[in-house]
Amino acid sequence: MSPLTSLLRRRSADGTQSTADARPADATSPSAALPSSSADGPRGGLVEIRGVHKSFGDLEVLRGIDLTIAPGEVTAILGPSGSGKSTLLRSINHLEPVTSGLISVDGEVIGYRRDGDLLHELREPEVLRQRTAIGMVFQSFNLFAHMTALENITEAPRRALGVKRTEAEAHARELLALVGLSEKAGAYPRQLSGGQQQRVAIARALALRPKVLLFDEPTSALDPELVDEVLAVIRSLASAGTTLVIVTHEISFARDVADTVVFMDQGRIVEQGPPAQVIDSPTHERTRSFLQRVRTDSPTATTSEDPS
Amino acid sequence: MTSSVVTHDTARRADAPGAASGTDIMSCPPETGPEDRASLGPISDEELSRLRVVPARHPGRIVLAVLVGLLAAAVLWSFVTNPRWEWGVVAQWFFAESIIRGLLETLKLTVLAGAVGFGLGLVLALMRLSNSSLISSVSWTFSWIFRSTPLLVQLLLWYNLGYLYESITLGIPLTDVTFVDARTSDLMTPMIAAVLGLGLHQAAYAAELIRGGILSVDQGQIEAASALGIPARDRSLRIVLPQAMRAILPTAFNEIIGLVKGTSIVYVLAHAELFFTVQLIYGRTQQVLPMLLVATVWYVVITSLLSIGQYYIERHYSKGAVRTLPPTPLQRLRARLGRRPVTAGAAA
Repeated sequence: MSPLTSLLRRRSADGTQSTADARPADATSPSAALPSSSADGPRGGLVEIRGVHKSFGDLEVLRGIDLTIAPGEVTAILGPSGSGKSTLLRSINHLEPVTSGLISVDGEVIGYRRDGDLLHELREPEVLRQRTAIGMVFQSFNLFAHMTALENITEAPRRALGVKRTEAEAHARELLALVGLSEKAGAYPRQLSGGQQQRVAIARALALRPKVLLFDEPTSALDPELVDEVLAVIRSLASAGTTLVIVTHEISFARDVADTVVFMDQGRIVEQGPPAQVIDSPTHERTRSFLQRVRTDSPTATTSEDPS
Repeated sequence: MTSSVVTHDTARRADAPGAASGTDIMSCPPETGPEDRASLGPISDEELSRLRVVPARHPGRIVLAVLVGLLAAAVLWSFVTNPRWEWGVVAQWFFAESIIRGLLETLKLTVLAGAVGFGLGLVLALMRLSNSSLISSVSWTFSWIFRSTPLLVQLLLWYNLGYLYESITLGIPLTDVTFVDARTSDLMTPMIAAVLGLGLHQAAYAAELIRGGILSVDQGQIEAASALGIPARDRSLRIVLPQAMRAILPTAFNEIIGLVKGTSIVYVLAHAELFFTVQLIYGRTQQVLPMLLVATVWYVVITSLLSIGQYYIERHYSKGAVRTLPPTPLQRLRARLGRRPVTAGAAA
């Protein structure tokens, strides 16, 4: 939990220092980190991906993906660009409907109602309801530019779940505290740094108390020195019981935080297993050459190991 | 571990040649130049605090400002001194009751036609962006027809609807139930015809204008809202439109200002708005130019008020789009008045 401590300690005022010290203790116990979510029953969702294919015109981006992600597990998806990892992630919450195959969260097929061999395409309101259980954090943040940080976070609970304004705001303030941005509640996205924007985006995704959280290269649009503050927040979530699926290029972060690492190339899963196996002693030549290339390219691959 | 070694090595290797050539280039000028140019030398705090910034002067700007000022003064002078403008007549009629009544009628037309135009325009724009090709083509066809026919023709057509359809009946088909049954010529007053003509014409343009604004909003915003499960209506009205407003507003105000003056075309229906009233009066008094001036000055007044409104509305919708909002003219004035005494005090 030291990264979260250091994240909060970055603020200079003495008054905030004391809350900063109290915060990591909160983050360690899942129920405290995401206060009222324990009432919804078990929080982590089981994600099952079965025989998924996806084509854009003639281009086949996913060529038969089978993957099971256990509840509360942290899965990192690695792979070169164009390997289909972002498409896979976006298909989990049906932003990208798949060409064939099934994706389910806790046994509920996403985007369709299964009736024997028939898949009835769901109407939009039902898809939207399913999505409220699947949070998403985008590479380019996609915060609503005309809303303050607080409004960004309260918008979905209020509009999608009909939560009352006062309630949504109270929860949003807790979430802002969790990501270390309590004083930025009234700031507009453009007044925040990239790292701060991404932390607000994480808080926004958490506001719906999702069972599954998807991260689409959450640090790729950030300056190197801002990467760690975002990774620290994700790290604190890893122990909180939500199922996390993270598409990332941060190899050492993946090794550090993931229970399972999945390596994809050309629309297929090449290798998967615990990080010690996939990252430290990969069996496939493609995995090996990719890891070598990424490590030499990215300076943060070595530095972000240090805090833990 | 091996990776860190590699990174550092490459970094050092990359640095070395750059640094070498860098020092080569850098070392040349100081050697040839005077010695004291190399550094500022020691500066005391007291010396630093004495430093003052002298604003740059722009003599060209001053010359230009004087020229423009002289030109404006000459134009103004001719306005005032040339008796043929007949300012006395303008002043006499400016607040005349019939003129004010005409003015109110013009404003009423503008508000109603604007509401019909932009309300329907928004619906048409959303229809046009619909995934259903049927809905989208209905919207396209509407815009196509109403943008292709001259406004004058539309106005006359609406006004003479009674010639084409003698009565209008609203009821449930194949039954005797009727809600409205009236002679078209009774329904179609000049006012209704004008609002319909101007409003539907405006809607066709507003639809394209709003659609353009919606298209200018980043796709990621819609994607994020969908991913958060926000319903389609809220996505359009709360996420996309407020951001589209920034692109829509300047052109929308152009259209509204155009509409204010465009209402003058309604004189063909003999509806007593500002322009028709003015015509009636100069038809009687033969004071054509001064009466046209009366109307013109009123149009200028309305447009000016609208422009002020535009400034504040645009400012409202630019929150979040700029890091810090520029101060309003009032705030700027207050800041300037507030700052004066401070600088005066410092100087004293």
